Amino acid sequence: MTVELGHFALILALVIAVVQGTVPIVGAHRNHAAWMDLARTAALAQFALVAMSFGCLMHAYVTSDFSVLNVAMNSHSSKPLLYKISGTWGNHEGSMLLWVLILTVFGAAAAAFGGNLPPTLRARALAVQAWIAIGFYLFILLTSNPFERLVPAAVDGRGLNPLLQDPGLAFHPPFLYLGYVGFSMAFSFSIAALIEGRVDAAWARWVRPWTLAAWTFLTIGITLGSWWAYYELGWGGWWFWDPVENASFMPWLAGTALLHSAIVVEKRDTLKGWTVFLAIVTFGLSLLGTFLVRSGVLTSVHAFATDPARGVFILLLLVIIIGGSFALFAWRGPSLRGGGMFRPISREGGLLLNNLLLSTAAASVLLGTLYPLMLESVGGGKVSVGPPFFNAVFIPLMAPLVVAMAVGALLPWKRADIASALKRLWLAALVAAAAVAATWTVYADAPLVGLVGMGLAAWLFVGTLVELAGRIRLLRATPGESLRRFATLPRAAWGMTLAHAGLAVAIAGMTGAGVWKVESIQVMAPGETVNVGGYDYLFEGAERSRGPNYTILGGRFTVTRDGRPVTTLFPEKRTYPVEGRQTTEAAIHTTFWGDLYAVIGDPAGNDGGYVTRIYFNPLVAWMWGGVAIMVVGGMLSLTDRRHRVGAPTRRRTTGRAKPAPAEA
Amino acid sequence: MRAILAAVAVAVSIGLAAATAGAVEPDEVLDDPVLESRAREVSKGLRCLVCQNQSIDDSDAELARDLRVLVRERLSAGDSNEQVVDYVVSRYGDFVLLNPPFKASTYALWLGPAALAIVGMIAVFAFYRRRGAAAGAAAAAPRPLSEAEKRRLDGLLEDDPR
Repeated sequence: MTVELGHFALILALVIAVVQGTVPIVGAHRNHAAWMDLARTAALAQFALVAMSFGCLMHAYVTSDFSVLNVAMNSHSSKPLLYKISGTWGNHEGSMLLWVLILTVFGAAAAAFGGNLPPTLRARALAVQAWIAIGFYLFILLTSNPFERLVPAAVDGRGLNPLLQDPGLAFHPPFLYLGYVGFSMAFSFSIAALIEGRVDAAWARWVRPWTLAAWTFLTIGITLGSWWAYYELGWGGWWFWDPVENASFMPWLAGTALLHSAIVVEKRDTLKGWTVFLAIVTFGLSLLGTFLVRSGVLTSVHAFATDPARGVFILLLLVIIIGGSFALFAWRGPSLRGGGMFRPISREGGLLLNNLLLSTAAASVLLGTLYPLMLESVGGGKVSVGPPFFNAVFIPLMAPLVVAMAVGALLPWKRADIASALKRLWLAALVAAAAVAATWTVYADAPLVGLVGMGLAAWLFVGTLVELAGRIRLLRATPGESLRRFATLPRAAWGMTLAHAGLAVAIAGMTGAGVWKVESIQVMAPGETVNVGGYDYLFEGAERSRGPNYTILGGRFTVTRDGRPVTTLFPEKRTYPVEGRQTTEAAIHTTFWGDLYAVIGDPAGNDGGYVTRIYFNPLVAWMWGGVAIMVVGGMLSLTDRRHRVGAPTRRRTTGRAKPAPAEA
Repeated sequence: MRAILAAVAVAVSIGLAAATAGAVEPDEVLDDPVLESRAREVSKGLRCLVCQNQSIDDSDAELARDLRVLVRERLSAGDSNEQVVDYVVSRYGDFVLLNPPFKASTYALWLGPAALAIVGMIAVFAFYRRRGAAAGAAAAAPRPLSEAEKRRLDGLLEDDPR
């Protein structure tokens, strides 16, 4: 009964979306207030209905209702409650329902908080949201219905892939989707702006916080996935340039570009057409990511054919949404001419360079990800595009971006003097040189990428602090004045400072973890010791025990450094009888300079030994910590008054808008 | 429908199962650390053919293991890294290379990013040229408002409801 209710609610949501996608558009055209206002009520109703629908599915999962096909296929009565709940979206059908749920959350938020938006813009944007929703409702109802019954009901379920039974991965999809779908706001407002033929500062002020929120969520989502790979896959890898990862990384790159170009639209009323274009591209890449992951086309072109209905449906949806938007852009885009003039060397110029590099990077990742598919589909044979390609392309694009980041943040709007900006960065250059020298002293055989990575991280970190010091006039004004400025800095300014500094810390972490990892693989009998990265690991043996729905083989390592105790590590190997699979639970001890990482494998040798893998992963905490700082920056910026959703009050522009104080 | 779902579930699980750890086993490791590190280097560039986008160094699939052993045998026999890679490619084709070779079928792949960057730079350059010309014209004859300015003015007037 509950399940049918959920199914019915979803159908009703589709009907309401059809109304929301048509009536307000006509209303906006005829300037009919009541018709336009219908969009708000409809958006709220859609949200209520989809939330109910999702709740019904979750109820079926929590109560282990195996008369529902989806539950029987993906759940099991012995699973812990957390994974029964997360199981709701740990499968194709449920994850698509989560997708539309989040879409309606954003739609409802625009309806609820969009009180001071121009009514026509709001009505049109909500109508565009409804069009997207219609596509996804149809997709779910026609090809991926999670509410399908199973007659007769199954005695028990097949279980959830044990790899997904993990807290990191339980919350990875919701955050990822909050990011993907969050970009739909920028998209809908862009389409609405194209229909209206007008993009102005008020538009950008509305689009920016949504883009920033989506970017923050997507950053969290990608990082959760990467973190999961790091501790779960058992060899300390955290990024593989896997197509599924690329699918989430492309919208992140384009979204980061959008975040910056929207600043130019808001502050300087220019780059409008480009920003609208980027918004379309960013959401298009989000849809493409969903398509790539959901259609199975990545496994092979042939896997696509195992369920053509789904794949063709999403492909069609993709073509209609992206093709339609580009057509509309080609038609109406040229009318979006910007006003503000600027020189190449200026804040705007720096942001444009940021956009150039980030969009080239996004396009290159897209090319590498789709190339094997394209080549095969034109009969050009099979080719693999792996990490060597992506590293060779991505790193050279990002290095100049990081160099420019420190400079760009110091440039005033309109026109700037590059020499004076560089002069202010002498300290950053000095520290970067010192970082390279220090790295080279410690690791004489350091590869170039390691030296460059550390140098760039130091340059960006200090450069960001120099910018902050300039804002508060450190050492130029009295300490009291600097303190006052420090305390009253707008939160958006803190957001930029933290995001840039966080990236610097993360770059150092990624460089360290990528270049100087130490690995040791061996068979160890109880009582044996190995030294990895300066730490002594004494293997004390392993024993078996039971978890809630798995059995455990747990190893024990006592770690010492120069005879002093450091920690005890308990790596596990879990066996899930229901799913008939094993997972690795690495034991990780995090220190400032690196992670001690131990994994236990199968029994080996004659004297009760086991295969053990021990790693020292340098600076991993910097990597996660750096991303956490970026996320905090994004959130802090969101709480800025000027970013407050739907607050287009005209204030004297401060913070980011304000050029750095002129040089003395 | 159910058969399809099962197929999808199986496909997904194979992909994920292959992702679980435990690639290089201790009994594969060569005694000579220099040779071993060369073997790792070569392995990282070779694709595990039955996995999804994993190198043989990262995969615990049976085939990946066979290939790792093969790589080590060839290296121990005195082959250079390139000779080992060429040998594996001669058996499995270019598909086995995670670093795609530079040849006719991959020109677009390898040159694409550079081409994109150049096109982007030309577009930005053209943008500045156009803007510069427009600004110059505006400076020469400051009297009439340009179309863009008019629109901006209209926008501003319309913009402020108060």
